[in-house]
This record gives sequence, structure tokens and C-alpha cells, in this order.
Amino acid sequence: MISLKTTDLSCIRDDRLLFEQLNIDLLAGQLLLVEGENGSGKTSLLRILSGIRLPEQGEVIWQNQQGVVTSVHDQGGYSGEMAFLGHQDGNKLDLTVFENLSFTQSLALKNTDGIEEVLNRVGLALFDDIFVSNLSAGQRRRLAIARLLLSGASLWVLDEPFTAMDTKGIAMVEREIELHLQKGGLVVMTSHHSVSLNPENLIKINLSQ
Amino acid sequence: MNQSSLINVFVALVKRDLLLALRHRAELFNPLMFFVLVVTLFPLGTGADSKLLQTMAPGIIWVAALLAAMLSLDAIFRSDFEDGSLELLLLNPHPTSMLVLAKVFAHWLVTGLPLIIVAPLLAVFLGLDSSLTGLLLITLLLGTPVLSLTGAVAIALTVGLKRGGILLSLLVLPFYVPVLIFSTNAIEMAASGLPVMAQLWILASLLILAITLTPWPTAAALKLSLS
Repeated sequence: MISLKTTDLSCIRDDRLLFEQLNIDLLAGQLLLVEGENGSGKTSLLRILSGIRLPEQGEVIWQNQQGVVTSVHDQGGYSGEMAFLGHQDGNKLDLTVFENLSFTQSLALKNTDGIEEVLNRVGLALFDDIFVSNLSAGQRRRLAIARLLLSGASLWVLDEPFTAMDTKGIAMVEREIELHLQKGGLVVMTSHHSVSLNPENLIKINLSQ
Repeated sequence: MNQSSLINVFVALVKRDLLLALRHRAELFNPLMFFVLVVTLFPLGTGADSKLLQTMAPGIIWVAALLAAMLSLDAIFRSDFEDGSLELLLLNPHPTSMLVLAKVFAHWLVTGLPLIIVAPLLAVFLGLDSSLTGLLLITLLLGTPVLSLTGAVAIALTVGLKRGGILLSLLVLPFYVPVLIFSTNAIEMAASGLPVMAQLWILASLLILAITLTPWPTAAALKLSLS
């Protein structure tokens, strides 16, 4: 059974305590929505969960499909089972949409869907040979979502995935998230938009309190 | 299931970086232009004493190459850091040290190799004895990768800072000095007819050391810079 756990996580940034004693228990098919005011530590939490940042205290524990339990910060990460979408899209501006995705694909550990199919799903089907520098901010975000779909990861960590997106784009991301959850994936995300997802699988934490 | 072996990932990353460099040709020519300019300005500054130039030629070419390499260092990780793709590379399941090695190799191909290609031309320009040109190329071939590899550690440490320039040169220079000393010394020795194998072996061992030892601290420093 896939799961993501944290034990007594705490984070200090510039001598300011952002959160402490944070215990999360996320199972396959569930979405964790991290809420809170600006500066309450949402991004820091996501960066800790993804393994980029070290927590002040506590552990992030990941159990994969085979039941192998690893401590994310001590034992070298998720080995390809986590995909991260941060504030920055992570696209190379001087590569075309297709080149960006084919590079992602050559890094992925699992065989995943074809690039054309993924581009169709995110609504960039006609843009595969366009340089990313010529795309709009919303389209770049869509490309980042496409990269997520190509990664074959079971845990998605998404920092404000709806930024710069139009209503269609938001609906698309929600659809993909729901599909991912149905397939037994896990999602951790922050968002200022209200998320219209099945409340059964939705866990909310608020960092402002 | 396993779609990507380490070799494929290495090749994919080198290809990507070469493609990006090709689309940024102006940046590509910067270190090369610097190298050529410094070397061509020297005779103008010191006067046309061919004897003097001849003895100084290896030193001039090597110092210019070293400074050109240092100027170009920032480009190794800067753009990846700024657009967020560095984070994605580090979160990758493949060992970061190998990805670092691929990036440094690609960087050397676009900044170090062109220097080596134009160096014979500049050697002629400075009147370096033609029998020494081969040796100059060998020292450059052994030495410039060391500059890129050790420079990568320093740049990885400073990439998170807004103005890491001065810090970078302070960090990097102590590692560059041995390469400079042994390279120019080899050519001077050869000019006076002495054997130079010792210097070349030392340069070769520096290269091997740099290839085997620097990717790990570079990877660790990148992680530190991002967290």
C-alpha cells in the first residue's frame, strides 16, 4: 500500500517557526490540500515533502507499492516515484515543447504514455514544435503538467498548479488530478482556488493556525 | 520496465545542453572572444620583441585560457537554477553526480574545446616554436577539463547567491594555480630540451582526480544551494 507519512515535522525559516509537530498520513487515492496565508510555510512544506529542503525536525516517510519504507531525507529520496511542480515551471525556454518532454521522458524510470497523447490531454496538441519562450504563461504551466503526466510518478507534489491558467486549464488539471487519484496515486497541493474534488478523498490542513 | 539506463540519461543531458548552447551562440562565443582578444592584445601592449613574446607565449595562452574558463563557469548551472529545471534534475532518481558530470562535460565541449581549437593559431601568432604546439595542445587538453570540473564545485556553492562573482574567483583560483604551473612549466622545459613526462603525468593525474572526485561535492553543493 502506497502511503506518505510525516512524523513531528517542523520548519524554521529565518528564525521564524513556520510549523511544528506536523503529522500527515496520506494514503493511496487521497489528496492533501495545504492551506494557509501567504508566508505561512506552504511552499516550505511542499519542498520538504518533495525532499528538496531538509526539515528542522521530524521525518518524511514514503512507502512504495512494493511496501518498501524509506525515510525521504535520509535514504536518498523517492527514486522516481515523486513528481514536483514548483513555482517555476522548470521548462527550458530555448527548447521546443516536444524537446522538453522528450528530455523528461528520457529521465523517467517507467514507460509512460506517449508525448502526443499527453499533449492532447493538456491541450497543447498543436504546439509541439513551438519554442517554450513563445508560449503564454498559462501554456507553460500546461507544459509543466504534461511533464507531470510523463513522469510516471505515483506522488505528485504541486505548488499552486492553477497559477496563470484559464478556466479550461483549471478544469483540465482537476480532471487529471482526479484520474491520478482513481489510479491509486497521491497528490499534495497548495491552491488559492477552491478545488472541486470528491470530499471523501480530500484532506485539508491549515498552516495559519 | 527500465527505460533509461544511466548511459542514456548521460547522453540525453549532454545532448540537451549542447542544443541549448547552440541556440545561445552569443554566449558560446563570449569566452572564445575573450581568449582571442587577450592573447592578441598582449603583443600590442608589450611591444614587438619577438624573443620576449616567444618565451611568454605559453604563459599568455594559458593565463588567457584560465580566465576564459573562469568567465564561462557561471553558465554551467545558472540558467537551470533560474528556470527551476535544476530542482527537477536533483529530484531525479538517477545519481546526481552523474548528471553533474554530464553537465560539466557538455559545458567543456562548448567552452573548453573551442579554446583548444584556436590555440595553435594563437601560438603561431605569438611565435611559439612550432615543435611546442603539440605539447601546448596536450596540456590544454589535460588541463581545461580540470578547470571546468573544479570550477563546477565552486559554482554549485555560489549559484544560490545573487552576486557570487568575487567569492567564486576566490574559491576557484587555488585549484587553478597547480594546473597553470605544471602546464606552462612543461612547455618551458620542452623549449630548453628537457623531458616533460613528469609534468604531463601530474596533469593527467589531476584530470583523473577531478573526474572521480569533484562530481560528489558538486552534487552536494547543489543540494545545499537549493534547500
